[in-house]
Amino acid sequence: MTPAPTPNIFAPVSTPAFQIRELSFFVLGITAVIFVIVAGFAIYTLIRFGRRPANPDLEPAQVYGSKQIELAWTVVPLLIVVVLFLVTARYTWGIERRAQPPDALEITVVGNQWWWEIRYPKLGIVTANEIHVPVSDAANPAPTFITVQSVDVAHSFWVPQLAGKMDAIPNKTNRVWIEPRQVGTYVGQCAEYCGLQHAVMLLVVVVHSQDQFRAWVAAQQSPPVEQGTVTAGRELFSSLACINCHTVRGTPSNGVFGPDLTHLMSRSTLGAGAARNTPENLRAWVKDPGAFKTGALMPAMKLDDTQLDQLVAYLVTLR
Amino acid sequence: MSSVPSVVPVPRDIAPASESSGVLAILHDWVVTVDHKRLGIMYVVTGFVFLVIGGVEAALMRLQLAWPGLTVVPADTFNRLFTLHGTTMVFLFGIPIVFGFGNYLVPLMIGSRDLAFPRLNAFGFWMLVFGGALLYFSFIGGDGLYGSGSAPAVGWFAYAPLTERAFTPGNATDYWNLSILITGVGTVATAINLIATIATMRAPGMTLGRMPVYVWTMLTVSGMTVLILPPLTAAQIMLLLDRFLGAHYFDTQAGGSAILWQHFFWFFGHPEVYILMVPGFGFASEIIPVFSRKVIFGYATLVVATLGIGAVSMSVWAHHMFTVGMGATLNSFFAISSMLVGVPTGVKIFNWLATMYGGKLRFRVAMLFCCAFLFQFLCAGLTGIMLAVAPFDWQLTDSYFVVAHFHFVLLGGLLFTIFAAIYYWFPKATGRMLSERLGRWHFWLLVVGFNLTFVTMHFPGVLGMPRRIYTYPADRGWDLLNLVTTAGVPLQAAAVLIFLFNVVYSLRHGAPAGDNPWEAWTLEWATSSPPPVYNFATLPPVTSRRPLWDVQHPDDPDGPHE
Amino acid sequence: MIGFIVAEMSLFAVFVVAYLFYIGKSATGPYPREVLDLPIVNTVCLLSSSITVALATRALAAGRIARAGAWLFVTVVLGLAFLAGTAQEWRRLIVERGLTIGTNLFGSTFYPLVGLHASHVIVGLVMLSLCVVFAFSGALKAVHRERVELVSWYWHFVDGVWVVVFTVVYVVGR
Repeated sequence: MTPAPTPNIFAPVSTPAFQIRELSFFVLGITAVIFVIVAGFAIYTLIRFGRRPANPDLEPAQVYGSKQIELAWTVVPLLIVVVLFLVTARYTWGIERRAQPPDALEITVVGNQWWWEIRYPKLGIVTANEIHVPVSDAANPAPTFITVQSVDVAHSFWVPQLAGKMDAIPNKTNRVWIEPRQVGTYVGQCAEYCGLQHAVMLLVVVVHSQDQFRAWVAAQQSPPVEQGTVTAGRELFSSLACINCHTVRGTPSNGVFGPDLTHLMSRSTLGAGAARNTPENLRAWVKDPGAFKTGALMPAMKLDDTQLDQLVAYLVTLR
Repeated sequence: MSSVPSVVPVPRDIAPASESSGVLAILHDWVVTVDHKRLGIMYVVTGFVFLVIGGVEAALMRLQLAWPGLTVVPADTFNRLFTLHGTTMVFLFGIPIVFGFGNYLVPLMIGSRDLAFPRLNAFGFWMLVFGGALLYFSFIGGDGLYGSGSAPAVGWFAYAPLTERAFTPGNATDYWNLSILITGVGTVATAINLIATIATMRAPGMTLGRMPVYVWTMLTVSGMTVLILPPLTAAQIMLLLDRFLGAHYFDTQAGGSAILWQHFFWFFGHPEVYILMVPGFGFASEIIPVFSRKVIFGYATLVVATLGIGAVSMSVWAHHMFTVGMGATLNSFFAISSMLVGVPTGVKIFNWLATMYGGKLRFRVAMLFCCAFLFQFLCAGLTGIMLAVAPFDWQLTDSYFVVAHFHFVLLGGLLFTIFAAIYYWFPKATGRMLSERLGRWHFWLLVVGFNLTFVTMHFPGVLGMPRRIYTYPADRGWDLLNLVTTAGVPLQAAAVLIFLFNVVYSLRHGAPAGDNPWEAWTLEWATSSPPPVYNFATLPPVTSRRPLWDVQHPDDPDGPHE
Repeated sequence: MIGFIVAEMSLFAVFVVAYLFYIGKSATGPYPREVLDLPIVNTVCLLSSSITVALATRALAAGRIARAGAWLFVTVVLGLAFLAGTAQEWRRLIVERGLTIGTNLFGSTFYPLVGLHASHVIVGLVMLSLCVVFAFSGALKAVHRERVELVSWYWHFVDGVWVVVFTVVYVVGR
């Protein structure tokens, strides 16, 4: 996978992020002008009146105020505020009240301590930490509407190049939409302090061409292929407590506390960014998640080496 | 015209009891004092102790973040550090300094003998001390969740439901809750005290319209405190009830609302930061005219602007919540109120510049700090406007951009004016001048270090770096920026150390100050340095805002111009 | 005292806001309509105690210490009656109807709001009782009328809060 670019808010690839950038240029322009005028006047004043005066003991003329000047410098900023507000309101409404087209892709993102559950309700897909969406272009607009929720504490969904933040608040359902116009991988992470591992709650959004997206969907929808060589591992998975927290579609395991593992190996990281998803890291993770991510809510399962090898051999078949 | 008596010899029988000798006796005098001047000094000293502690916490965090993947401190310690850093700086440094200066200066500026309720004053101070001690006791108290004591790790704003028992076992949250509750009660008491004093104890002739601008700022923030601190107390009581009696105010698992806590907290929290900053405006309004040798330009607008900031700032709180999903209507309301509050704030900058224009500027250290404050606060205000634009805020909030913004306000704005105030009033309080040479070292190191750190800090925020993270991935492009940000820390630390040395050294060896070393014009300069315990033996007549100007310029007093 | 009262009003306001916010949001019962009866007697006692304390301060200003002491005593008795009524109501709610602070959102917000008010009543009663004691011991004089008046302002405030609590909890909330 090509490395993702820096999540720069000024390098948008999605419509709402473009709109925010447009608005920001307007605001930055106004503030820059104000800064230049005021700071310029300040520097001028400091230099001109800071020079050693001819007769330092004589007090300068005492100017108590000027109604006209004070009125002017109150009214002008007020007018600027009015203009700024009207523009702000237009963009706020424009982004927040975007109507959802009937065939838009719907995703539900659920914040957990400290990972993201991703569901595609209409497609029957459940995955974790990595979101795949189709690219949108003028001929085939394909926005994705995201419902943002939380099962525990407050989190915040933020992929800067795609949209502004949307908080994941327990007991509340929020909505945000994206419309990526460029294929690629974009990153983000949780933006609301949610406890110990708030820093390791990364997000990856992969934007595919429409064909590749359909292929991804098909792969995710199909259950993992049964492989005879890993029966031992599969038995371990079923008999140990794994199935209490994890789901693998097509098997009896249907736990919902932890990420869905049906297509575990299709994701690029473990533990929402705690480590790259390789068989070695996977083995180390299962042995002791706390080694990668202190305080992760998955317990160390205390398996011996043989059990670990068997289990991992099974897990790597979950593509 | 009578001349102002400079030092009134104190008859022996009414000399203050503090002439006792022996360390224990002196300590006793300070502990039992109800004198506003001593309490003021104690507040400021306590505040600076916590400033240093908070600074160490910040330095540790910056060390950790200087490069990706560092493990200077473990994750849970880092989370405790930013919680305590924020809590300490706001509640244990900012508020004590604000009310400590108010304590010291207000009676002197209005010509009264003390505050209206001296014992209540002492009560407020000791609540601060005990609250602060309780908060820091958390490091060693109890059986912490992850082994490093019970210090809270919930952020200074303690969002629910992270603070509920389900998500934060142990007593860490309770330490945060109770210590702030205690200090809060003390703060409200002091605020009420100041309001009563200003309302009833002004010198004859000092109408409200003749009070120094600084006294107006203290009146405004005291009024704000009385209105907005109890809501925090209420929310904290509710949190206590949730945690100890099984109530469900913020317990989302039982239908409670996380957003309700945010509304309550920020209804307090936003005016709180104005309470911290507005007295800094008061300092600038006193210091800049004296070092420009000109009367403040537009006293009436300044006062109205101050009151306006106080009022409007109570209506902006949910701009901290633009991303929680309040809806376009509420988002727009809070956007416009937040932009509006910028107008009276900006107008003040114009007043100060207009005061300097046409004056004869003297660049003593106090004035240097005020000049830097002007530029830095301008930047802070403008980034604040950016944050008021709700959609832009959706990208900027909860990132290092907003951290840079509020450090520009509180460090670049408030701390710089506090240092200006200390260089300005230290001679009055102690009778000795601080060293200008050391002061210039202090100033330049701080200006360079501060801007190096906090200008740079805006950029990781814009590049997607969120707040409150104990480390970050190496491939985001944030490394170099974080390194430069950290590089400013030693400069700022050196600056503060030089300042502390300056204070200690000058207490012994500073040049004698005399009554009015700066040739200033307000009442506090009409008594000795330090003032006698009863403040004024006699007062000059108060017929304008600058009583001493009138005394020095009998041919052109201020009165007819006002 | 005014500053103190403003601060307290701010404190109560937040509890009232929380109560209003959670009206109708309890997931399970008991619900307000089912278990709350209008506390008429309580309210009459408390509100009339405002009248008696006003009479007491007037008497004191006129120099009639014994009469002032008597009115203060009646005020305290009425306040105690109010507290007794509240205690009785709570006993009924907790023991008979099973409503505790942790039962649901109604319980979570009802007890703290009414309890906060009751705790302020207790503080007021302590201050008033001291006044009664001083009146009957001879320490209270007409020159102290300002201080007693401040206490009476606090008491009026407490009664005013009850009017709000009554409206919000027993009228609007049901």
